[in-house]
Amino acid sequence: MQTVDLRGVTCPTNFVKAKLELEEVEVGATVEFLLDDGEPVKNVPRSLKADGHKLLGLKETNGYYVLTLEKAE
Amino acid sequence: MANPKIDLKNLKAGGFIKERGKDLFTVRLRVPGGRLSVDRLAKIAQVAQKYGKGYVHLSVRQSIELINIHFADFDTVVAELGEEQQKVASCGARVRVPTACGGCEYNPNGLVDTQKAALEVDAKLFGTATGHHKFKVCFAGCPFDCPKSAINDVGFQGAIWPKLDAGACIGCGLCAKSCTEGALAMGEDGNPVFTGENCIYCGDCVKVCPTSAWEVEKRGYSVRIGGKWGRRPLVGTLYATFLPEEKAVDFIAAVLAWYQEKAEGAGRVRLGDIIMREGTASLLERLRQDFAEYLLEETIPPQVIDTQLPLRAQEEKTCKR
Repeated sequence: MQTVDLRGVTCPTNFVKAKLELEEVEVGATVEFLLDDGEPVKNVPRSLKADGHKLLGLKETNGYYVLTLEKAE
Repeated sequence: MANPKIDLKNLKAGGFIKERGKDLFTVRLRVPGGRLSVDRLAKIAQVAQKYGKGYVHLSVRQSIELINIHFADFDTVVAELGEEQQKVASCGARVRVPTACGGCEYNPNGLVDTQKAALEVDAKLFGTATGHHKFKVCFAGCPFDCPKSAINDVGFQGAIWPKLDAGACIGCGLCAKSCTEGALAMGEDGNPVFTGENCIYCGDCVKVCPTSAWEVEKRGYSVRIGGKWGRRPLVGTLYATFLPEEKAVDFIAAVLAWYQEKAEGAGRVRLGDIIMREGTASLLERLRQDFAEYLLEETIPPQVIDTQLPLRAQEEKTCKR
């Protein structure tokens, strides 16, 4: 599974980066994103969901979040 | 002697405001909710260029004002703006153009369609003479309240009541983290626990939830009445919660009718001051006739803001202490 580290990247650059990374991935593939606490974890999952991707999980580990999603069309 | 060429009907609702200097007026245009098409904007620019000063002013209530219009040009200005597309706004003791935030179509914060509400109020109540003083209405889409509902005569603030679909919850805890009001916490079983009495209806939990486990159960407006700014500011207070969007116009009309009646003979006095005089119970009772299920049992009078002027009054207060 591919992991994209977006820690240290602020909004909305983190979301745009996530979108660009997802363009390189097959539909149906699972991708993991590492997100900072605060605004990033509040905004990025919501925006990716609004783009139609399926969110599989979101867990806090050591002060940051791991978002797992399945790429949609 | 009035110029016989001027159609006085155009002046009736106001919106033509005398400027310094001879024969010059500001023409305030009606832009309900602050939204206008680019075509209209271009038309306004054309007319402003031709008859005005070369600039326009954006009023604090979202209207475009044409500056330095000669009174002899009123009719042509109105005609060239195209009365159907771009109407002139109001001033004086009337229901003013309603203001609104961007609403919910493109703004991710918006909980309700404030733009639609502003257009509806503008179509049905704009320009109604109050008989007493101005009457301002605004629509805010969420509790960020950019249009400032508490300083309007009737101010609306978008609200939602959340509901959890426990099956869809992945226990990520984002809702509890996002709730700044202490209405949501994560329970020991890893599921969110909702404390409704702390909720201010902002919908942050619904917005942040990555799986849409938090849904909207109820949607509508929190309604504040009696606010104003100016020399003697008053902060309006809460009268109704979850008023359905489609009832906003009738609600305003009911408040307006109460104001028209109770302010009879009082002169140029705003709604908030009439509430201070008559008491909140009288207005609540009137509104209960048609809006009982949304109305608070009781409320507080408009809240007086100390402007610290005149300074002498401050000194007296300090001396008393």
